[in-house]
Amino acid sequence: MPPRFLVRHPYLLLVLAGVLFPLVGSEFWVGTVAARALIIGTMALSLTFLTSTAGLVSFAQAGVAGVAGYTLALLSPNVTGVGVEVAWPLAVGAALLMGTLAGVLVGWVSVRSSGIYLLMITLAMSVSLFYLVSQNTEVFNGFDGINGLKAPVVWGIDLRAPLPFYGMALTAAVLSAAAVLYLDRTPFGSQLHALRNAPRRVSALGFNAVALRIVAFGVAGFIASVGGVLNTWFSGQMSPGAVDVHAAVNLLVVAVLGGIRHPLGAFLGAITFVLLENYAASVIDRERFNLVIGVVFIVIVLFAKDGLSGLINQLRVHLNPAWTGGRRAKTRRKAA
Amino acid sequence: MRFYILLSLNALTVASLYFLVASGFSLIFGLLRTVNMAHGAFYLLGAYVGYDIASYSGSWVLGLVGAAVAVAAVGLAMHQLLLRTLGNDELRQALVTIGFAIVVGDLLLAHYGGITYQFTPPDALYGTTPMPVVKGYPTIRIVVIASALIIGLGLWLLIHKTRLGMLIRAGVDDRDILSAMGFNVQRVLLLVFALGAGLAGLAGVIGGSALSISPGEDARFLLSSLVVVIVGGMGSLAGAALGALLIGFAEQFGLAFIPNYATLLTFLLMIAVLAVRPQGLFGRG
Repeated sequence: MPPRFLVRHPYLLLVLAGVLFPLVGSEFWVGTVAARALIIGTMALSLTFLTSTAGLVSFAQAGVAGVAGYTLALLSPNVTGVGVEVAWPLAVGAALLMGTLAGVLVGWVSVRSSGIYLLMITLAMSVSLFYLVSQNTEVFNGFDGINGLKAPVVWGIDLRAPLPFYGMALTAAVLSAAAVLYLDRTPFGSQLHALRNAPRRVSALGFNAVALRIVAFGVAGFIASVGGVLNTWFSGQMSPGAVDVHAAVNLLVVAVLGGIRHPLGAFLGAITFVLLENYAASVIDRERFNLVIGVVFIVIVLFAKDGLSGLINQLRVHLNPAWTGGRRAKTRRKAA
Repeated sequence: MRFYILLSLNALTVASLYFLVASGFSLIFGLLRTVNMAHGAFYLLGAYVGYDIASYSGSWVLGLVGAAVAVAAVGLAMHQLLLRTLGNDELRQALVTIGFAIVVGDLLLAHYGGITYQFTPPDALYGTTPMPVVKGYPTIRIVVIASALIIGLGLWLLIHKTRLGMLIRAGVDDRDILSAMGFNVQRVLLLVFALGAGLAGLAGVIGGSALSISPGEDARFLLSSLVVVIVGGMGSLAGAALGALLIGFAEQFGLAFIPNYATLLTFLLMIAVLAVRPQGLFGRG
């Protein structure tokens, strides 16, 4: 039987696994595969947060992360020669702020829409951003984007080196996930749950439903921006490709794969996505990754309503090991 | 003066193309409540299939018809295999069509590669048509505008003057009652889905002839369809027409005067409509 506090807080096991991973994984697995999964997971977390707590499905999270990424790129030294160079903490702060504001803007514009309408409007906004940055050569350098970006060196440690970068991505992911799980239990979280279940009653009870939604989008925007900043450092460049329709779809695919109704489904989906990306390449042609992910996605949507986290949940209920204190354990105790 | 007329004609061409694609999208949504995210993929599929048929047979018209029929068949297959099993879960339906669009887009890329294709329309559509003031305008673009007018009129007649149209309108208002009155709603749904998908395929050939065919066009026309129906109103033919006109003019005039920020104009248009009428200009409810 595992120690008691691990049973109480099974998520600590995940954090522990994340911290110990560099001991077993090679530099490639730690710095490239796992770090990428954590970044994608953090971005997708902003979507699963919106969906699992407030019942809102947004296509704009990749775009919001892109706003943060472009802000960071324009305020950092780059080889493209655009933007203004400022100190990196300032650039990161500005990127997080702009991303959060972009999230608020998305929430504000779509405030009267829900369900599939919301999906369409957020997609339209996301693709508008793509056309803006790809047509605009003045500020965003059009299709080529902004290249040659470097993560800062702090106290002699290059943050882009595999291990420090993995540590940074893990910290960001754990803090974001903890924040989402914590928010879920606060009065604010309860109000969002209420908004998901009965929006009219929320208004009738005197809560400001509009403000609630916009704040939820703002929080999601902040989380997406954290992912966006890391992603920009990770790839060393920012181009319209990061905010195109494929990026938006991929993020939704990740969230749905992992299970959009559980916040942590985002990371489950991201790990699956990145593993598929690495292994599907060797099984079939690397070029045909989209075919694989498309088929997997269809199968998950058709047969597993709540994605992989839903499947795990079903499995857990089915097995119901005694040490989780489940129902079967209780009946067994009673019988004894 | 000549510049403005040319610009307006270009806007009209783009608007016609947007209408051709968005009308099918809107039609499907109106009756089935399905947001067909694969609509852009249908457009691209139609363009490629039409190109193949036209180059084998040497007949552009055959390509046009063949593409519409083929895409309608693919649409029907998608509806029967993927959508029907999901019942009325609109969100999951939209998700499945996204998956389908990814698969179709990748298969098309695998088969046709990343190069750009250009139709060779019949000689009659080649060259320019003489016109007053602007001297001449590409004939193929006039064909685009004319076909949008013809198809728009045809759809209007179908929906407002025929028995099937009556069923469609009744189905949009209340599907369950229509079914309870003994009409075969499932058949009407299938017909509408095939019609909507076929329109996307048809638009693919027309658009592929006036512009060109390349990967990425699917996303472009999915976006335009989305914006057109968000602005015009879901499930409304007139809404699709007005939305397409507004977006077409905003896009072309934006590109002419503020090329770096043209998209913002479309975006602001969408926000303005959403702020005043969230259901779209012609939308109900």
